[in-house]
Amino acid sequence: MEEKKLLKIEDLVVEYRTDGGVIHAVNGLRLELDRGEALGLVGETGAGKTTVAKSILRILPDPPAKICSGSIEFEGEDLLKLSESKMQKIRGNKISMIFQDPMTALNPVETIGEQIAETVRIHNKLSRAEAQKRTIEMLEMVGIPGERYGEFPHQFSGGMKQRVIIAMALACNPELLLADEPTTALDVTIQAQVLEMMAQLKKELSTALILITHDLGIVAEMCEKVAVVYAGEIVEYGTADHIFNHTGHPYTVGLFQSLPRLNSTEKRLKPIKGLMPDPSALPDGCRFCPRCPLAAEICEKENPALQEVAEGHFVKCHRWKEGAGCL
Amino acid sequence: MSVILEVQDLKKYFKTGRGMLHAVDGINFRLEEGKTLGVVGESGCGKSTLGRTILHLLDSTDGKIFFEGEDVTHLDKPGLRKYREKMQIIFQDPFSSLDPRMTVSETIMEPLILKGGISKEEMARQTAELMETVGLASRFANAYPHEMDGGRRQRVGIARALALNPKFIVCDEPVSALDVSIQAQVLNLMLDLQEERNLTYIFVTHDLSVVKYISDEIMVMYLGQMVEKAPSEELFAHPLHPYTKALLSAIPVPEVPYRRQRILLKGEITSPIDPKPGCRFAARCMYATEECKKPQITEEIQPGHHVACCRVREIHTPEENG
Repeated sequence: MEEKKLLKIEDLVVEYRTDGGVIHAVNGLRLELDRGEALGLVGETGAGKTTVAKSILRILPDPPAKICSGSIEFEGEDLLKLSESKMQKIRGNKISMIFQDPMTALNPVETIGEQIAETVRIHNKLSRAEAQKRTIEMLEMVGIPGERYGEFPHQFSGGMKQRVIIAMALACNPELLLADEPTTALDVTIQAQVLEMMAQLKKELSTALILITHDLGIVAEMCEKVAVVYAGEIVEYGTADHIFNHTGHPYTVGLFQSLPRLNSTEKRLKPIKGLMPDPSALPDGCRFCPRCPLAAEICEKENPALQEVAEGHFVKCHRWKEGAGCL
Repeated sequence: MSVILEVQDLKKYFKTGRGMLHAVDGINFRLEEGKTLGVVGESGCGKSTLGRTILHLLDSTDGKIFFEGEDVTHLDKPGLRKYREKMQIIFQDPFSSLDPRMTVSETIMEPLILKGGISKEEMARQTAELMETVGLASRFANAYPHEMDGGRRQRVGIARALALNPKFIVCDEPVSALDVSIQAQVLNLMLDLQEERNLTYIFVTHDLSVVKYISDEIMVMYLGQMVEKAPSEELFAHPLHPYTKALLSAIPVPEVPYRRQRILLKGEITSPIDPKPGCRFAARCMYATEECKKPQITEEIQPGHHVACCRVREIHTPEENG
């Protein structure tokens, strides 16, 4: 019997309805994730990465945000059709999320220990004493001494706060962890510690992970699969090996060429010209067409479909054949 | 090449409730005209304070600053004004460093107005020219900062910094707030401007890939002190200080399969308030010994490659260097 996918997103469309017009944040996005798999969701500011994650948990502010169509199947169940009370049982229990900024994600007037214990208590119906025991275990798992249970967030440094948040997110052994730029606010040496720890925990607990980031280096280190998001669509999807070594989409190529490399002596970067399109006035045809060095007539008229260019490697581009290998 | 800037034993301490915070503690360097010195380090290492102290945005506690051979450490107000024409700064955050109530052209023109003695027509002409130089379309002349994206805002910041034709610019994390594709555009612009105008940069950043790309020479700072300084290529090819090595190994590299050996540092940066004498990195250093509790002397190990670590020769066995 074929095992069900852990997560299957089909044709997701999310809009923000504002006074200034409708912002098309996510436009027909499809995504699949197996159990225990790590997927990197890569893209620039405004590409819709965070909106996707928040749609999965259904924590988008409505209004202005509106999930217009599509389905998000988690363990075979469409999350978009669940009642709020059922959804509440999934949040933090089966799916949890780590936010970008550890400085603002914790309650400043509650102790670290109690904040984690609260999650454990609510979801697992444990007594206070049991919850406390579990919390101390979790703290120690992320490398924070259990004695610090009674301390407040301001007594922790940035890296430690992010560990606390990771401990909180993993407290109920979720099947799926959504990590939204988990290390962007941290210094590189601290980032290295946190990434190392996340990789280890993921292995031990076999949690599936969607890692949202703009840093291709972190993706290379952490993820087996990669999805590149541009203007609310996935433009390229495949294994990390395919994306990094057989890049297909001109946008992905541009991202790589924009990065200063440590091991190259390149004197000039080759940035992608222009800017991301305004999400309230997306171009007809391919969204990347106005910035694309390969753009042809067809690209202006028709939005390409995701095509499978190699097994498990999808590219949304009319001219991927010409583009392949220009890295 | 002439030395445009020289800094001798520069110190900047801040008084806090718990003691003296040693933000910049005895920095020395010389910078040649037309070159870029990259200053890297983690938050709180004093890299921004260093830039601001050189520009007199903060008063130095001790030490000397020479600009074009002249001692500018203790300038009076009129002296400072002349000096500042030649030195400018580009700030990190294009979202908060621009006045939200000034249009693009007003923002760029302001330094010209303050300088005085320029006719209105001339100012308008120069402003238009500056906008073109940094790649801003003239239709943005009357736009307000909130109407523009981060990349364009940073271009406004650059145009304003260039308005008085400075010789030297402190760039304080100018691309950290930008997306990679925009970051690359701005970095290229800064390199073009440097070539055209023979500008000298101090480029402060925490991003090691960016610093390698833009700098001729790199200084690594840790808790207010310089731990290592070397030409860019040399530093990345042969890092000598244990902190530099750990820092370089911590950068995630966009390559698959991923095969990097990390040097994981234990703990976090200690407090810069009333630090003990001796190596400030010792608490996190795997090579630390009793000797590290003594004040460290900066040595020139190779021509141009300076390291402040008493154990550097023992750590680097010959086969490792070969």
